[in-house]
Amino acid sequence: MMWIAIRMLTGDRVKFYGMVFGVAFSTLLITQQLTIFVNLLLRGAAAVHEIPSADIWVMDPAGRTSDVTLPMPSTDLQRVRGVPGVDWAVPLIRSGANVRTPDGALEPVTVIGLDDATLTGLPRKLLMGQREMLFEPDAVFIDAVGARKLFGEDAAALGVRLELNDQRAVIRGLVDAEPTFTSGVMLYTRYSNALNYVPGTRNRLSFVLARSDAGEDAATVARRIEAVTGLRARTSQQFAEDGVDYIIDNTGIPINFGITVALGVIVGIAIVGLTFSLFIRDNIKQFGALKAIGVTNARIRQMVVAQSALVALIGYGLGLIMAVAFLEIGGYYSDAFKGFYTPYQIPLIAAAVVALMILITGFVALRQVLKAEPAEVFR
Amino acid sequence: MSEACAIHVEHVVKDFSMGDGHLRVLHDINLDIRSGELTYLVGESGSGKTTLISIIAGILYPTEGSVSVFGTDIYRLTDTELVNFRLSTIGFIFQQYNLIPSISAAANAAVPLIASGVPRKEATERARELLHQLNIGDQCDKLPRQLSGGQQQRVAIGRALIHSPRLVVCDEPTAALDARSGRRVMDLLREVALATDRAVVVVTHDNRIFDLADRILAMEDGRITHDGKHMPKDH
Repeated sequence: MMWIAIRMLTGDRVKFYGMVFGVAFSTLLITQQLTIFVNLLLRGAAAVHEIPSADIWVMDPAGRTSDVTLPMPSTDLQRVRGVPGVDWAVPLIRSGANVRTPDGALEPVTVIGLDDATLTGLPRKLLMGQREMLFEPDAVFIDAVGARKLFGEDAAALGVRLELNDQRAVIRGLVDAEPTFTSGVMLYTRYSNALNYVPGTRNRLSFVLARSDAGEDAATVARRIEAVTGLRARTSQQFAEDGVDYIIDNTGIPINFGITVALGVIVGIAIVGLTFSLFIRDNIKQFGALKAIGVTNARIRQMVVAQSALVALIGYGLGLIMAVAFLEIGGYYSDAFKGFYTPYQIPLIAAAVVALMILITGFVALRQVLKAEPAEVFR
Repeated sequence: MSEACAIHVEHVVKDFSMGDGHLRVLHDINLDIRSGELTYLVGESGSGKTTLISIIAGILYPTEGSVSVFGTDIYRLTDTELVNFRLSTIGFIFQQYNLIPSISAAANAAVPLIASGVPRKEATERARELLHQLNIGDQCDKLPRQLSGGQQQRVAIGRALIHSPRLVVCDEPTAALDARSGRRVMDLLREVALATDRAVVVVTHDNRIFDLADRILAMEDGRITHDGKHMPKDH
């Protein structure tokens, strides 16, 4: 009877495709939107993930995230270094600036000033140039996405002279950096250089990156730094979460994505539910005839479940393929999707939603079938 | 109940709810249908013939009374037993055929066997043989929509007979057919369905086939008003 159920379903192609489309559309929307949402949130933690060697970030007490902070006096670096349990500590500048390109365009950039001795904070993957080139006068490295944004292609950036807040900067290398939430152009340079590039206020140290001594708990050392210096100290894990939480608390992103996902579910339920109801209504005489002939309600139930399951499986599979294709094609043609991936939990969530959708629509359809009296076929 | 009695209907009453009250559509029906007979139930619309055949076929519970089909008091069976009884003992032919549009003629005819657990391949093979007997062997692989009305009705007959039921109930089997096709269908039904231990009950309005009946039961207002070989002249 399962074969008959499947043939009944697939024989009515318009409705079958309609139901599969409904499930596929919902799966696509849920998977794609949740993937974008999660990856955007993770960008709030990108700056922290970029520097795995530091397990503590120290900042002004008003600081919230890697992009929302208040500069500190440079002497705070020494105060942190003096706290027991700190293995090493280096300075980091993250500051906005304006750059004028050779063709005269003005572009906001983030200048990232790295410790002169260790270059801690420089992305691990160098696409062009040598690490040592950053020690040359006025040298900056640019992130690949930023290079494409400013110059059209990666290689065109090398050797270009920029005017950075009235100072000369020469692009000597290209790095593959994790895009941050703000997705701006990032210029990496030595701390001493960065002091010239960022606006000349008294305090310009954005963060102190620290490493706790071997055997010391980073959270304990962070609390100790706070107690001793009065600064705000967060473990890298905490600070990454701070970045994500900041986006959730201060932007409309969760609501907007939530609405889109909810719409996907509602539209999916509406399309699948209505089409399934129409399919059952069109076949109610056949179901009635089967019941009269002697097909039990249990068998009828199995038939409707088989029909629902087939629609769910094909629709879900197609939806996932479309979502993956969307991200792959999007990633190929646009830097906006750089680094995006789909955590395994998202397809599981989509599967659960599809299962719920099919459960609801299948239940409504089944009720129609079970309510049909076999005697109706004689009327 | 005699030995040759296929169906025994005793004091059957059927009421349908109508708002606060109820409408009685069958009034104390008592009836015996013998094996080997082609019996017609005739009457105007609303006379109760469809209700009576539904009760005889085990798909509509009577308000009062009992129905025995080949010795089994069918409304004393549990729901599952009744469904299984229908599957093994009764064949159905519907006015609108009610064939499944997306499976072949042979697969449609095989449905009762498949529902009984016979493997699909074997069931379809047996259905093909039967459709050959019904002279539509060359149409086995066609979908119902590719068949004429008469051919669809033959497939429906095949579906009703594939599991060799002892009772075949038909609802207006010739209503959608022209006179010649209608008579051919009834001849066929008589030929393949009737045997000494079987019975066929047909609900019909079609006076073109009245002469083919062994017995005609005429109904009026929920009562049997005539029982004989021929229709009375005033009907």
